[in-house]
Amino acid sequence: MTTSDQTDATTAISFRTVGVTKVYQRGETEVHALRGVDIEILDGEFAVLMGPSGSGKSTLLNILGGLDRPTAGAVFFRDREISALDAKGLTIFRRASVGFIFQFYNLIPSLTACENVQLVTEISRDPMAPEEALRLVDMGDRIDHFPSQLSGGEQQRVAVARAIAKRPEVLLCDEPTGALDSATGITVMEILERVNAELGTTTLVITHNSGIADMADRGLAFGDGRIVDTRTNTTKRPARELAW
Amino acid sequence: MTAINRKLLRDLGRMRGQAVAIALVIAGGVATLVTALGTISSLEDTRTAFYQRYRFAHIFARARRAPQHLAPRIADIPGVMRTQTRIAHDVLVDVAGLAEPARGRLLSLPTDGRPALNDIVVRTGRGLRTGHVDEVIVNVRFAEANDLVAGDTVSANINGKRRRLRIVGTALSPEFVYAISPGEVVPDNRRFGVLWMSRTALEAAFDLKSAFNDVSLALRRDAVAEDVVARLDDLLEPFGGTGGYSRREHVSDAFLRSELEQLRLMARVLPPIFLGVAAFLLNIVVARLVETEREQIGILKAFGYSNAAIGWTYLKLVLAIVLAGVVSGWILGAWMGHGMTGLYADYFGFPFLRYTMAPSVFAIAGAVGILAAAGGALFAVRRATRLAPAVAMQPPPPTIYGRSSGGGFLQTFVPQMRIRPATRMLLRHIARWPARSLLTCAGMAFAVALLVSSLFFFDAIDEMMDAFFSRTQRQDVTISFTEPRSENVLYEVAALPGVLAAELYRAVPVRLRHGHHSRLVALTGIDEGADLSRLVDVHDAPVALPPAGLVLTSSLAKLLGAGAGSTIDVEVLEGSRPTRTLPVGAVVEEFVGTAAYLSRGALTELMRESPAASGAHLLVDPLTQRRLFQQLKATPLVQSVSVQGTTLATFRAIVDETMGAMASFYVLFASMIAIGVVYNAGRLSLSERARELASLRVLGFTLGEIAYVLLGELALLTLLALPLGCLLGYGIAAYLTASFDTELMRLPLVILPATYGYSMLVVIAATTVTSLVVARRLARLDLVAVLKARE
Ligand SMILES: Nc1ncnc2c1ncn2[C@@H]1O[C@H](COP(=O)(O)OP(=O)(O)OP(=O)(O)O)[C@@H](O)[C@H]1O
Ligand SMILES: [Mg+2]
Repeated sequence: MTTSDQTDATTAISFRTVGVTKVYQRGETEVHALRGVDIEILDGEFAVLMGPSGSGKSTLLNILGGLDRPTAGAVFFRDREISALDAKGLTIFRRASVGFIFQFYNLIPSLTACENVQLVTEISRDPMAPEEALRLVDMGDRIDHFPSQLSGGEQQRVAVARAIAKRPEVLLCDEPTGALDSATGITVMEILERVNAELGTTTLVITHNSGIADMADRGLAFGDGRIVDTRTNTTKRPARELAW
Repeated sequence: MTAINRKLLRDLGRMRGQAVAIALVIAGGVATLVTALGTISSLEDTRTAFYQRYRFAHIFARARRAPQHLAPRIADIPGVMRTQTRIAHDVLVDVAGLAEPARGRLLSLPTDGRPALNDIVVRTGRGLRTGHVDEVIVNVRFAEANDLVAGDTVSANINGKRRRLRIVGTALSPEFVYAISPGEVVPDNRRFGVLWMSRTALEAAFDLKSAFNDVSLALRRDAVAEDVVARLDDLLEPFGGTGGYSRREHVSDAFLRSELEQLRLMARVLPPIFLGVAAFLLNIVVARLVETEREQIGILKAFGYSNAAIGWTYLKLVLAIVLAGVVSGWILGAWMGHGMTGLYADYFGFPFLRYTMAPSVFAIAGAVGILAAAGGALFAVRRATRLAPAVAMQPPPPTIYGRSSGGGFLQTFVPQMRIRPATRMLLRHIARWPARSLLTCAGMAFAVALLVSSLFFFDAIDEMMDAFFSRTQRQDVTISFTEPRSENVLYEVAALPGVLAAELYRAVPVRLRHGHHSRLVALTGIDEGADLSRLVDVHDAPVALPPAGLVLTSSLAKLLGAGAGSTIDVEVLEGSRPTRTLPVGAVVEEFVGTAAYLSRGALTELMRESPAASGAHLLVDPLTQRRLFQQLKATPLVQSVSVQGTTLATFRAIVDETMGAMASFYVLFASMIAIGVVYNAGRLSLSERARELASLRVLGFTLGEIAYVLLGELALLTLLALPLGCLLGYGIAAYLTASFDTELMRLPLVILPATYGYSMLVVIAATTVTSLVVARRLARLDLVAVLKARE
């Protein structure tokens, strides 16, 4: 590593967490969802989070995305400690910087594909045109369809369009292919790959699909609320070549 | 339009049925408020304008015969602005086509120019011409009731002579907005007429040249009525003055005030019921909406929509519903207010109607509606903003049902009872949302209560009339004499055709004083053991006539601040005008009228006169009634005849007409509430259980069976609501009777079983129809879609 690389490294870190824990109080019992997570995600990195069900992946993703707050520990985005932000600060952070994609698409059923995207572009500073975002996910010809008129894969592509339309700095995806067949899943992953490459969007993907880890810069393995293993890929496999 | 607003509109479109149902309830509340406030302000404005334009007096007094030169001295009383003397007399009138003799009030009009006070408005025909002493103008109501038009004639027994009077016109007067004859409790337009004649004609007829027996005063703004009345009484005393009184005691004005009081009561009681129900409905509907859209809310938050923006979106949805309700309430209220004011104008004799719907009325009603309803929904909206984004993203955990609520308690009492799973489902659903079930039940109970407490007015008035006419005043006919007669008159009266029984009474005008309270009334002397006109309290228990003490009706006792045992200063305003202090021997509960009684013996003694009678109560053979009336019409000693049965019948007709319109409004309103509550409860239940019901269908349940699961819940809640509503209605009626306590009447708290029955039937009908509308959706349940959709 060169010196310039090192000076860059401090600014090139997207997320940094320090001893993040999360404890859910469920009546009498406490559920330790996260038991001290320290990670650094680099700017523009494509990272995959894997691990058994209930190991805390979603919890971490939600905390990174400002949907939730850690019980203890600190979360930094760039140089800001987002774990110190209040609800209003978190809202602004999400609005400005984060795009979310979920396993069940979570489109607003009463809005068309285009309107679902508009919902986000309307409150962003420098968004793409909704039609452009939909064209990026190959849904340009379905802009006036309601979610109920779309297949699961198509809905997820609209969800991706909605997430990327505001040109977010990070894209957080919780099992984006979980509800899709492999071919459709690969299509979605290709789109994420392209967005990551072309727009330089830091992308974090939770998946149960070990194959997907091959297309990432890094694979993080989760177990019982901790990171138990990290694997850096020297060569990434294109999404197109994946199969599961 | 922004995407989030579009979502809002589509949400609204999807729940339009519920939105309309809620808006309907809000409209009901706003409409009642607008109607009541608008009618009150219209009537008040009309009254003020009428009184002002036609110079309604402030003080009224009568005397036997006062010289005209007293008039300037009356005008000199400090505080008096204007005076008008005239001649007034009550006479018996014979109208062609009317079997019974009618009661007429003769009033003189000045021969030169308009009266300074109590002017009349000629509606048809023309005014009186000087020199034509047989010309008469009658009040509009009397003419209409008897089909009299200009050119017709009526006969009147004037000062012992039968005179034919030619009607030249009909008129209205601020003195007779509510035209009721003295001593009566209900108006009877057929048998009571006001006859205006020229002063010259009446001066000649009653031998009152350069004299008067009636005077009205208008006061300056700063005058004290009591002081003026005291000075006036002093001036009139030597001339047989019977005591001055102010507008407060003027019967027409008092009735008008009592009617306005009733309207105010309506404005106080009804709208809160509606708005309370609307607030509750909005709360549960929006709460449900937030629940079903929690993931959407989560997504919005995830993408950076602020809590305020999300709260505002849902609030806008609430406001849209509320505004729709408020605006339709405005329209409905304006329409009903117009109708009601028209009814009142018909009922009262106003020559014109100021239908003033002040913008403030709409503003007040609108603001009250918005505040109440939106306030109710705020709770649910706050829940939307409070949802933590991460939590909102997860589907709600499966609803936790309790085992115990599945009718288990029933089985502990009846162990062998088998409860079908479907029944368990519906019982558990009720128990799962106890607050909502309770509120749904309460909403329907309010619908029942609204009906009970408004239809109760019919029962109350019937009871009031029944108490008055069948229990207290049981005579068929009451006659009064032009002058007090000796007791021997009883033989004359008893000999009249068809008279089965007769009782004499003596009535004298008195002023009663107790502390600083004072009141002009007729003190009636009745005989011990009198059977026709009895003293009975509301519980039908006869009241013994104390030998020397006064008996006061409860409302009079209240006006005087007196009770049994108090001592009252009695100032007789007739004959030798004795004054005496008498104890109150008993207070009798009566619903109508302010009356005072004394034993006739004691009254004779008080008056220092030989036993005398002012009139008689008669029990009459109905078959010979016609002949009796004919004879009475021709008997000069008779001044007035009142016939109980006919009075009652005409009053019923009036009540049915005015209150009938009101009653149909209430039925409409109560149905609106019931529909609003049931429709919303049904739709909510359906949306929560669509999956469950669809699963049952997949398992092979019939439509009827799943309808049972869905509607059984509503039926059960309705069943609970009915008795609750009756109780609540009784409570509201009790509040109304306690509040509606004017000087003129009190309402008895009587609710007939039929009223409860009818109220419940209306609500059951509304509930059934609404349930069927909801049930129709069950048939359209898309089994595949429902099962595929994620919870
Ligand atoms: N709101 C909550 N309240 C209580 N416990 C929670 C809550 N959210 C998550 N948990 C618990 O925290 C732990 C971690 O949950 P998390 O959703 O992060 O797991 P995950 O790794 O995403 O699992 P999966 O692969 O099944 O999605 C689990 O045991 C879960 O039950
Ligand atoms: Mg998860």
